[in-house]
Amino acid sequence: MLSEKSNRAPFGLKIAAAAGLAFMHLPILLIFLYAFTTEEKSYQFPPPGLTTQWFTTAWGRPDVWAALTLSVKVASIATAAALVLGTLCAAAVSQTRFFGRETISLLVILPIALPGIITGIALRSAFSIAEIPFSFWTIVLGHATFCIVVVYNNAVARFRRISGSLIEASMDLGADGFQTFRYVILPNIGTALLAGGMLAFALSFDEVIVTTFTAGQQSTLPIWMLEELIRPRQRPVTNVVAMVVVIVTFLPILGAYYLTRDGDQIAGAGK
Amino acid sequence: MTIVAESFVLPERRGTAGRVSDFFWRHPHVLLAVLLGPPLIWLGIVYLGSLFALLLQSFFSIDEFSGLINYEFTLATYRQLLTDANLDIILRTVVMAALVTLASAVIAFPIAYFAARYARGKWKALFYLAVMLPLWSSYLVKVYAWKLILAKEGILTWFVDKLNLLWLLDAWLSLPIVGGNSLSISYTGTFIVFVYVWMPFMILPIQAALERVPATLIEASSDLGGTPAQTFRHVTFPLALPGIVAGSIFTFSLTLGDYIIPQIIGSSRLFIGQAVYAQQGTAGNIPLAAAFTVVPIVIMGAYLWMAKRMGAFDAL
Repeated sequence: MLSEKSNRAPFGLKIAAAAGLAFMHLPILLIFLYAFTTEEKSYQFPPPGLTTQWFTTAWGRPDVWAALTLSVKVASIATAAALVLGTLCAAAVSQTRFFGRETISLLVILPIALPGIITGIALRSAFSIAEIPFSFWTIVLGHATFCIVVVYNNAVARFRRISGSLIEASMDLGADGFQTFRYVILPNIGTALLAGGMLAFALSFDEVIVTTFTAGQQSTLPIWMLEELIRPRQRPVTNVVAMVVVIVTFLPILGAYYLTRDGDQIAGAGK
Repeated sequence: MTIVAESFVLPERRGTAGRVSDFFWRHPHVLLAVLLGPPLIWLGIVYLGSLFALLLQSFFSIDEFSGLINYEFTLATYRQLLTDANLDIILRTVVMAALVTLASAVIAFPIAYFAARYARGKWKALFYLAVMLPLWSSYLVKVYAWKLILAKEGILTWFVDKLNLLWLLDAWLSLPIVGGNSLSISYTGTFIVFVYVWMPFMILPIQAALERVPATLIEASSDLGGTPAQTFRHVTFPLALPGIVAGSIFTFSLTLGDYIIPQIIGSSRLFIGQAVYAQQGTAGNIPLAAAFTVVPIVIMGAYLWMAKRMGAFDAL
């Protein structure tokens, strides 16, 4: 048994941990403040005044809407593709044994382990060799490639927890493979897939490095933001968009957390 | 006897689904191929194919007059890569990645240690979310937040001014290398933003490693007369090291390949990622860009090999 004394954290450790967490969170909170500032020409602090007028301005901007719509479309289709491919891969790796199983895990993780610029430039030069013009689908292809790993990690962790006897019992009771999948496997992996899908969506919605190489003239929301970062033209609108992006990406992460919190795995560990 | 033996084998299923299901049961290899086929075609052929095509291009060279790629095997591009200017870029990036990794470990360790050893129940869940939300929130928004903070008229200057420490900030900025006209165009700024963006990736692996350290081991150390500092130095830290190495894979690799942060917050001197971007974009020299991408791949390969030897993969 641990003594009472050693169960209390030393003061210095508390301060260091609190300071570390503050370092992680304060900059994001600052985004919320700047969305309301009346200053348009600079990043002046403290803000000279507060206003909500930029929300209406941002609402009326067609370029922001176009970028947002494109991002949502790309993220939805990339997530759908990643769900199918990641689940297939997870099923194969966890339910069967074959030569090179370890290599598959490595292959799935590779697109996210290598710096994004390598994935991006590799796909770009492959498109140019194959003479595929840049389009909506080239963006989706790039995104789905690195989204597979998120779905795969969540699904593989859940597959490991389904006991093999459950599947055998279903077979013994006369269910065919499809029925076993529909009535036994799917209800068991459902929440893990939903969580993986949400994280994949968040990952795709936010991705900028690979996108700069696989998008032609179209701009997703992160690309729009990147242009504003390099050459600020619309500071107030950018502030509002940044705040909206923070909120939009928090929701799937909280959702994924609640779906997998009873599990034995860490939902986002694969990012 | 024959009747009993026969009843072991069920009649074949009817219907397409039933027949397909039976077929897969008898031929598990076909099922495996069906499961693995689509992801393998996507990742193995499309993705790995593109990677190899890119690496192959680093062995071609560019014709200096026409600007077209000369498709003959040559090491000229690699000779070009190893010029002083490019070696400077590589060295600068590696030093930055190493410093970012070190700083991340120092900041992440107390958070991970507290979460692993002292946080319980609701607090533990809260800690987990407090790490996950910044980790997953938008990369560009995080960089943007620091642009707001580090700007000359921004919150940091205001805060330093309130503390009457502007002279210290100015003294720091007047230093060679780390200084500059303002924080947002200095290496110090680049360094802070790198640490901010990649540090969260360090916390969870360290926490996982620390959670595996049995509390009895720490008790035993203090029973044997070890002071808290000695216990940390000889028991906790060596056992947490695989976790730190696992986390450093992320911080090191991500810093090595980033080209957006140094472009937005930093001086005009290039990092590897920016060099790749410039070579493939404005310069149009795909072979040199490809040769540049080989550098992080080789460094990460060596890094991963070392990490594996230290047992870091068990901590992931």
